[in-house]
Parts: sequence; C-alpha cells; structure tokens
Amino acid sequence: MNRTAIDLWVGIFVTIGLAAIVFLALKVGNLTSLATVPSYRLEARFDNIGGLKLRAPVKAAGVVVGRVDGVRLDPKTYEAVVALRIENGYQFTKDSIASILTSGLLGEVYIGLDAGGDSVMLADGATIAKTQSAVVLEKLIGQFLFDKASSGGGK
Amino acid sequence: MPADAITNGLRRVGAGAISAVTRLGFAARFFAVVLIHSPAALKRTQLTLREIYFAGVLSLVIIMVSGLFVGMVLGLQGYDSLNKYGAGDSLGIFVGLSLVRELGPVVAGLLFASRAGSAITAEIGLMKTTEQLAAMEMMAVDPLARIVAPRFWGGVISMPLLAALFSMMGVFGAYLVGVRLIGLDSGAFWGNMRAAIDFWPDVTNGIIKSVVFGVAVSLIAVFEGYDAHPTAEGVSTATTRTVVEASLAILALDFILTVFMFRGIGG
Repeated sequence: MNRTAIDLWVGIFVTIGLAAIVFLALKVGNLTSLATVPSYRLEARFDNIGGLKLRAPVKAAGVVVGRVDGVRLDPKTYEAVVALRIENGYQFTKDSIASILTSGLLGEVYIGLDAGGDSVMLADGATIAKTQSAVVLEKLIGQFLFDKASSGGGK
Repeated sequence: MPADAITNGLRRVGAGAISAVTRLGFAARFFAVVLIHSPAALKRTQLTLREIYFAGVLSLVIIMVSGLFVGMVLGLQGYDSLNKYGAGDSLGIFVGLSLVRELGPVVAGLLFASRAGSAITAEIGLMKTTEQLAAMEMMAVDPLARIVAPRFWGGVISMPLLAALFSMMGVFGAYLVGVRLIGLDSGAFWGNMRAAIDFWPDVTNGIIKSVVFGVAVSLIAVFEGYDAHPTAEGVSTATTRTVVEASLAILALDFILTVFMFRGIGG
C-alpha cells in the first residue's frame, strides 16, 4: 500500500473518530452543562428540603431556569438555606414562591418557582421570602395512620 | 525425601515470584525507554501514520459491527427489563450511560487487544526471531525509535477513537431497536438520554478510560513482542500472553478507574 493511500485512510479514520466524540458530546451528552451561563444568586430558606441535591434543577412553569448551587443548615434557626443559581435572562418578582417538588412519585426532586405580581424584582443575593417545604412521605403516612387509629378508637 | 519435595516446591514458587517481579521492572524500564525515544519517532510522522493505519483503520469494521450489535442487544434486553416498571422511555439513558461509561472503552479495548495487540506482538516477535532488530542495531538504526515507539503511539492514538466509534454505533443500534423496531418515541429516547448524560463527567471519563486502556494494551503488546523468545514457539506464547495480559489489565484498570471516577456521583 503506498503512502498517499495510507494517509487518506488514516485521515478518514481520525475524522470519523473525532466525529464520534462530537456526536457523543452533543447528541448523547449535553455539552451545555459544561458552559457557564452568566447567572445570579438567590437564597431560599426551608424547614425541610427532603431529598434535594446539589445541581438539582430550578424550574419555573416547568422550564429549567437554574440549578441548586449549595445547601447548608443555619445553626441558629435550624432552617436549611438553599443557594440557587438563576440564569441572567430570567428575573423573578419579589413575592415569588419557592417550593420543593418531586417529578412523579419516584422522580427527581427539584425547586419550583412561582412568580407573583409584585413590580420589584429579586436582585443578586436576595432571599426568597415565601417558601414551601418538601412533603415528606413518611410523615404523611405516619399522620394518616395516627388519624385512622384515633378515629377508630373514638367509635 | 518429603523435606526435599517441600523445599523444591517452595523454590519453584520463589523463582516464579522473582521472575514475575523482574519482568514487571523490565516492563517499567522498557516503558520509560519507549517514552524517551518517542519524540524522535513522532518527528517521522509517516511511521506512526502507518501504524495508525494497521492498528486503527483495519480494526474499524470489527469495532463498528460489534458496537452496532452490542447496542441492539442492549436495546432489546434493556427495554424488556425497563418496561416491567413502565420505564421503557428511559431506554436511551440506560443504553447511553452503559455504553459511554463502561462498554464503549472496555469492549472496544478487549477487541483492540485481540485484533491489533496480538498483531503488533507477532510482528515485533518475528522481527526479533529473524534477527531484523539485531540487523537494525548493526546499521545504527535504533529499533526502539524505528519499530517500537511508532507502534506504541499508533495504538495509543487509535484506541480512544475506536472506543468513541463503538459507543456511537451502540447508541445507533439501540436507536434502531428502540425507536424503529419497538416503536418508542424518538424525542423521548434522545431527550431523556441527553438530560441524564453530561459531557462532564460521563463522556470525558469514558474518553480518559479509553486513553488509559490504549496505553496499557499498546505497552503490553510491544513489550511482549520485544521480550519474546526468538523461536516460533516463543512468538506464539508471546502473542497469547499479550491477549491474556491486556484483557486482564483492561478489566482491572477499569475497576480502579471506576472507583475513582464514579464513587462520588449522585451521593
């Protein structure tokens, strides 16, 4: 086999190999998570965050507008302080409500943002005043059993 | 008499251990020497291109066909299991993650070891047997720079590309089975897959794995060829050893890399 034929075949091989890596990056994985979209920071305080994890999505009307950036416990009030990174294109009113939700019965835990009617927008570093904590299924079941037992005992 | 048998047995174990450690040390020094000779070899690009042709281009067919079939089987089996839990739409996630993280690098590496690694060992071993390497040294041509280093780098460069092609064909095979044959929604297949698989760390870790496997397989192949006994039997033993050692090295390295890469994820 002569030199130019080898060059050609190696060229084809390297090109389709690199194309496969690009395919894996764009079509199979999402490259967007690598890019740093300009964003600002919000905080929200919850009594209980349930199974919320770092990098969980923040959604408004079902659209992903940001990610959970950090979770810590306030040692004085024993509240969970969740830091949110919201993309710069999205602004939320001062009376927005942040709630911890689950997609489906077994799905991922995310934060839902419901915009209110205020004209003032939340600035970088602001804290969302109105929050709704995660629904802990075990507590609900416990409550249900307790109610059943006490109402059964009354009869 | 029984005391003799015991000491002889122990002596055999000791000799085996010493020769294993000696070979390991020799291989490590060989690796260092190959790296030292690499710049000179890489400067003559044509030599390495030739080896990429033999190791990479000629492995294309087996890698792509295997990838396609592995992907199709994963599609069928994965759908069968996932559908029991009503999660058939997650087929894309299942297939994509297993291919990109594990099966792509590992199966492509195993195929590469048997297809290209054995060929490299046999070639270098036969050159040694027919005293071509010694003849080169007589002509003041360094066989490490002229023969060994180009083959080593040809393997190292080919391996990640082959692994990526394997994964791509696997995803395509799963798409054929899942969407075309079973009738899943094409949007759910690609959308779920893209939502669950990140370029960093999933795809990049797969690429890192394939580079590590490429170095391991190529090094074992050139070392076994260079170290072969210069007889017909020696070359055949060396070729067998390449395939066995390279396959075991891939599986062991894969476990070690996986422990480091994915232990913290999702926790």
